[in-house]
Amino acid sequence: MASKLTTSNRAGWGFALPGFGLIMLFIVIPFFFAFYLSLTNQRLISPNPTEFVGLSNYDRLLSISVLSIEPEMDDAGQVVRDNTGEAQYPRVRTFTRNNPDYPQYAGMREWFRWHWGETAKVVVATDVVFWKSLRNTLMFVLVVAPVQGGLALCLALLINQRLRGINFYRAIYFMPVVVSIVVVSLLFRFIYDGNDGLLNNILGFLSFGFFEGRDWLGSENTALGAIMGMSIWQAVGFHMVIWLSGLQTISPTLYEASSIEGASKWQTFRYVTWPGLRNTAVLVLIVITMQAFALFAQIDVMTRGGPLDSTTTIVFQAVERGYGKQDISGGSAISVILFVLVLTISLIQRFLTRER
Amino acid sequence: MKLGMTLSAALVASVSWASMAAAQTELSMWYHGAGNEAESAALQLIIDDFNASQSDYTVVVESFPQESYNDSVVAAALAGNLPDILDVDGPVMPNWAWAGYLQPLNIDEAVIENFLDGPQGYWDGQLYSIGFWDAAVAMVSRQSTLDALGLRTPDVDNPWTGEEFAAALEAAKASGDFEYALDLGMPWTGEWYPYAFSPFLQSFGGDIVDRSTYATAEGALNGDEALAFGNWWQSLFVDGYAPGTSQDPADRDTGFIDGKYAFSWNGNWAALGALEAHDDVMFLPAPDFGAGSKIGAASWQFGVSSASENAEGASAFIEFALQDKYLANFSNVTGLIPATSTAAAMTDNYASGGALEVFFGLSEGQAMLRPVTPGYVVSAKVFEKALADIANGADVADTLDAAVDEINADIESNGGYGH
Repeated sequence: MASKLTTSNRAGWGFALPGFGLIMLFIVIPFFFAFYLSLTNQRLISPNPTEFVGLSNYDRLLSISVLSIEPEMDDAGQVVRDNTGEAQYPRVRTFTRNNPDYPQYAGMREWFRWHWGETAKVVVATDVVFWKSLRNTLMFVLVVAPVQGGLALCLALLINQRLRGINFYRAIYFMPVVVSIVVVSLLFRFIYDGNDGLLNNILGFLSFGFFEGRDWLGSENTALGAIMGMSIWQAVGFHMVIWLSGLQTISPTLYEASSIEGASKWQTFRYVTWPGLRNTAVLVLIVITMQAFALFAQIDVMTRGGPLDSTTTIVFQAVERGYGKQDISGGSAISVILFVLVLTISLIQRFLTRER
Repeated sequence: MKLGMTLSAALVASVSWASMAAAQTELSMWYHGAGNEAESAALQLIIDDFNASQSDYTVVVESFPQESYNDSVVAAALAGNLPDILDVDGPVMPNWAWAGYLQPLNIDEAVIENFLDGPQGYWDGQLYSIGFWDAAVAMVSRQSTLDALGLRTPDVDNPWTGEEFAAALEAAKASGDFEYALDLGMPWTGEWYPYAFSPFLQSFGGDIVDRSTYATAEGALNGDEALAFGNWWQSLFVDGYAPGTSQDPADRDTGFIDGKYAFSWNGNWAALGALEAHDDVMFLPAPDFGAGSKIGAASWQFGVSSASENAEGASAFIEFALQDKYLANFSNVTGLIPATSTAAAMTDNYASGGALEVFFGLSEGQAMLRPVTPGYVVSAKVFEKALADIANGADVADTLDAAVDEINADIESNGGYGH
C-alpha cells in the first residue's frame, strides 16, 4: 500500500496537519456528534439523563401519509353542499385526534390536499412545519442556483473587457458581498416595507401610481420570492469573481483563432468560452447549491419563518428547535437530514457534469 | 543590596495585597441591562452601598445586552462558569431552577412579606428569585377618545366586558378617525406575545397549559374557551380592528401618540412617553372576557447560582438590595412598578396621586403569573407562533391543536418537567 502519500512525506503531512486538524475539530467531529445526538433525547437544558431513543426523532420528522376523506352525506345519501355547490368534508382533526379507528393518523396535521372526484386526498404529516421548510428550501435552491449562476456569468462577461474605469464597475458589483448579510437583510426589510417602502414607491412611480403597494414580506405569496431576489442580488458578485477568474484562464490565442475563422460572438461564446469554463461552472453550481441549502440569516432577520411558515427553512428549523425550543436531538436530526440531502444532490451534480 | 530591597518591598506589597483579597471575597454578578446607563447607575449605587456596608464581600457586576443574556447564562452553565449572583426573567426561573442553575434563596421571609406576588419567584415550594419591581400592561387610551366615542370609563372594579370592548373597537373603527382601532404591539416578537396576550386567553377561561397538573395542554389550549379566544383573536385582524404581524415597529412606538390608534395595549414602561405627549391619557384595565380581567405578572428577578461557593454572601447582597429606598430609586429611574407599597409611596410616579399610580393597582389586582413550570420556555415559543399564525389567517382549531401536540410532546420528552 506504499504510495507517494505515505512514504517519506512527513513534511507534506506536517503542512496539512493544521488544516486537517481544524476540519476534524470543527466539521467532522461535530457531524458525528450530531448524528449520535439525533439518536438520543438530548435537551439543551435538562437535569434528566440522556437516553437512546433510536430513530424516533427521524420518525417524528418524516412521517407522512395520505388520508382519503369522503364528502359528508345527509340522511338521504346525498352529498352535503354549501351555497356555492362545493361538497362539504368532515374536518381532518376528527380523524387525527383521539380517533381510535385511525391510529395511523394520530397527531398528524394537514399539509395540503387535492380532489380525486368527490374524494379529498389530504396529505397529512406529523411535522408539517418541517415538510414546509423542506419545500421552501428546495424552491429556494431551484430558483437561486440557476438564476444567480447565470446572472453572475453575465456580469463576469460584461466586466471582462478592457475599458476605462472597469475596476470601478467590478468594485460596485462586488460591494454587496462585502457587506454583512445581516445588514443587507435589515436594509431590505425597509425596502420591502408595506407602508412606504422603497420598492413600493419605485413601482408606484414607474407605473404612474397604478401599482398598489403591497407588504412584500407580510404576504405568503411574495415573502419567499422577496427573499430570493435579495439573496441573489447580495451574493451574485462573489460568483461573478469566480466566473471572471475562469474567463481569464482561457488562452487569448483561442479567441484570436476563432476570430480569424470568422466566428460570431455567439459562436465564440458557445465553442470557446463555455467549454473553457467547464470546471468553473461545476464549482459555481455546487457552491451556490450548498450556500442556498444553508439559508438562515436572511430568514432569521427578515421573517423568522413567517407568515404561516411560507419562508421557514431547514437550517432555520434546526436552530429554532435546537436552541429556541431546547430540543438538541430534534435539531441534530434535521442537520443530519440536511447533510444527506446536500451530499446526494452534490453527488448527482458531480455525476451529471462529469468529464465524458 | 538595592536589588534585595526592591525584591523585599515587592514581596511585602504582594503579601499585603493577597491578605486583603483573602479578607474580602469577591462576588461576581451578571445583569441583563447593558446599554441602559440609568439602570446600571441605580444598580451600581446598591452595589457600592453594599460593598461599603460590610467588609466580607465585594460585589462586581458584569452587564450583558438583554437579547443575548439568556444564551450567555446557558452557555456559562454548560461550561461551568456561572457567576455567584445572576438575574433571571420571572417565567424562565423555573426552567433554570429545575436544570440546577439556581439554588434556593436564603433570605428572611419577613423581608418579602409585603412584596407584590409578581416579583416573588417560587418554584417547587421554594423561593429561588426575587425582583425589585414588576411590570404591568394596560389598555392605553385618552379621555377625549372615550368621550368622542361615547364610551364608559372602566376601572379595576368594573372593567369592560368582552361585548363592551367589541363595541368600543367597532365605535373607534366606525368613527373613521383612526388608522386602526387597536394597537397590540405585533412587531414585538418574543416574550411579548405570551406576556401580553396569554392573559386574554386566560380571561376567556383557557390557558397555555393545564395548571392543575402541568402535564398536558389538551383542553386548556384547544378547549371551547381557547377556541373562542382564537376566533376573537383572528377577528381582530380579519375584520380590520388591529394591524397584524407586519405592523411597522415605528408605528408601535409612536402610532398611539400620533393619533393613529384609539387604543394601545402597552406596558407601563411606555406610559410616561404617552403622558408627555397628551395629558388626558388613560390607563384602562384589561377587558373581562368571562373569567376575570387579567394581565401578566413577573419581570426580571435576582437569584443565586448553584455554582456559587459564597451563597451566604450572595443572599446577603440580595437581601440588602431589597430595601425600600433602592426599590424606589430603581422605579424612579426605570419607570417600573416598585415591589412594595411602601416603596411605591416613596417614588415620583407611583405615590398617591402619581401619574402611574393606576398601574400599581392593576399589578396588585389583576396580575397573573405565566405558567410556573420549566416547560414554559418552550410552550411560550409554541404559543407565540400559534398566535402569529392565527393572526395571519391560519385555521384556529387546527393551529391550536398543533400547538397542543407540540407542547405535549415537549413535556413528555422532558419526563414531565419534575412536576
